[in-house]
Amino acid sequence: MIAIVDYRAGNLTSVKKALDRVGAESFVTSDPRAIATAEKIVLPGVGHFAATEVLATSGMSGAIAEAIGRDVPFLGICVGMQWLFETSEEAPATRGLGLFPGQCGHFPLAVKSPHVGWNDLTRERPSLLLAGVPQNSFVYFTHTYRAPVGPGSVAQCEYGGTFSAAVERGRVFGVQFHPEKSGEIGLTILRNFCELAC
Amino acid sequence: MLTRRIIVCLDVDAGRVVKGVQFTKLRDAGDPAELAAAHAAAGADEIVLLDITATHEKRATLLETVRRTARELMVPFTVGGGIRSVDDASAVFDAGADKVAVNSAALADPTLITQIAAKFGSQAAVVAIDARASADRSHYEVKKTGGRDATGRDAVAWAREAQEAGAGEFLVTSMDRDGTKDGFDMELTRAIAAVAHIPVIASGGAGAIEHFVEVFQPGGADAALAASIFHFGLIRMSDLKQHLQQNGVSVRWPC
Repeated sequence: MIAIVDYRAGNLTSVKKALDRVGAESFVTSDPRAIATAEKIVLPGVGHFAATEVLATSGMSGAIAEAIGRDVPFLGICVGMQWLFETSEEAPATRGLGLFPGQCGHFPLAVKSPHVGWNDLTRERPSLLLAGVPQNSFVYFTHTYRAPVGPGSVAQCEYGGTFSAAVERGRVFGVQFHPEKSGEIGLTILRNFCELAC
Repeated sequence: MLTRRIIVCLDVDAGRVVKGVQFTKLRDAGDPAELAAAHAAAGADEIVLLDITATHEKRATLLETVRRTARELMVPFTVGGGIRSVDDASAVFDAGADKVAVNSAALADPTLITQIAAKFGSQAAVVAIDARASADRSHYEVKKTGGRDATGRDAVAWAREAQEAGAGEFLVTSMDRDGTKDGFDMELTRAIAAVAHIPVIASGGAGAIEHFVEVFQPGGADAALAASIFHFGLIRMSDLKQHLQQNGVSVRWPC
């Protein structure tokens, strides 16, 4: 069973629905014990970086970090991906998990913000998560802050400069876009995650 | 590169998709869930469902229709009509919407935009602006309650205020052009785009493929929305997107 982590920020319905669609069993939870025993973990995210504080205060981030340590597959979406980095300009006092280096920052003022719509992925290196996703595939983004390109990046996107669209390290994955809203390409990505051996 | 979006609108009345001309004279166009799925499969970048009579008849948004429509939809889905409170918005999100569009209630109380943005993020708070040129054509006036009532507000001034309040996108509908197929109101779109630092969706008047080229290039829209031309098959999504691409407008195609 896949645990969809509920930290009271935004809408989990779409993620649940998309996992149902690819035939994966999942449940929504904010219980650290349920997270600790899940086969896989998805951390969705729509909302403010500061909302991830709840993860720390509730004990959920400890459960997630411990599961990641046991090589349990983890997928962070949008703010859920940003949380894998050290910090974000959106809430500088809030600590992320720090599995990827750097700080998430605001888009430059020269471009409209939020970055909303379908943009294309530039794939950079082989990726388990993006297997079968063609170069320059379109996926749906909606976000105001973005993660830097770094050693963990497996796909970049261009909007007011380049940023990390997908990161991967072992079995820890993050996507800035919304696979649950990205049509067939998004379903391919979710299917790749769901089919990873536990 | 960020592409320009083509959005298909479902104007829903009593659980059926209807389409009017200048907001009235409704005719049946089909089942919302079936139409949404078909448009998404054809390449629509986003679906907007507007419960067009909700505010007028003080009905709650048709949550069951939203739930049914959202079930199979794997592209962004916005719902508007009759959303008067954060609770109304929450119910719509729970039913499967990704964004809500607010209109009359936000005009009455702009903090509604702020409250929705605080709880669900700005990206989920679309402010719908229905506007009509003033009699002397000097400016655009905002209308409310499905275009029925005057507000005395200037559309550009309202856009600035709504943006300050936390709006994440504007859905700008020209009431003069709605349903006429004469083309988008370029002046209205440009006027709002000039002050917007958030995406602008142009709506009202699409009747030909060329209208979309215009509204994106000189018009400055980030997205264009239409209803009847897609429902009644007057324009095929594949033809539209290929034409836009050939004319230098980047779109999600093939998708």
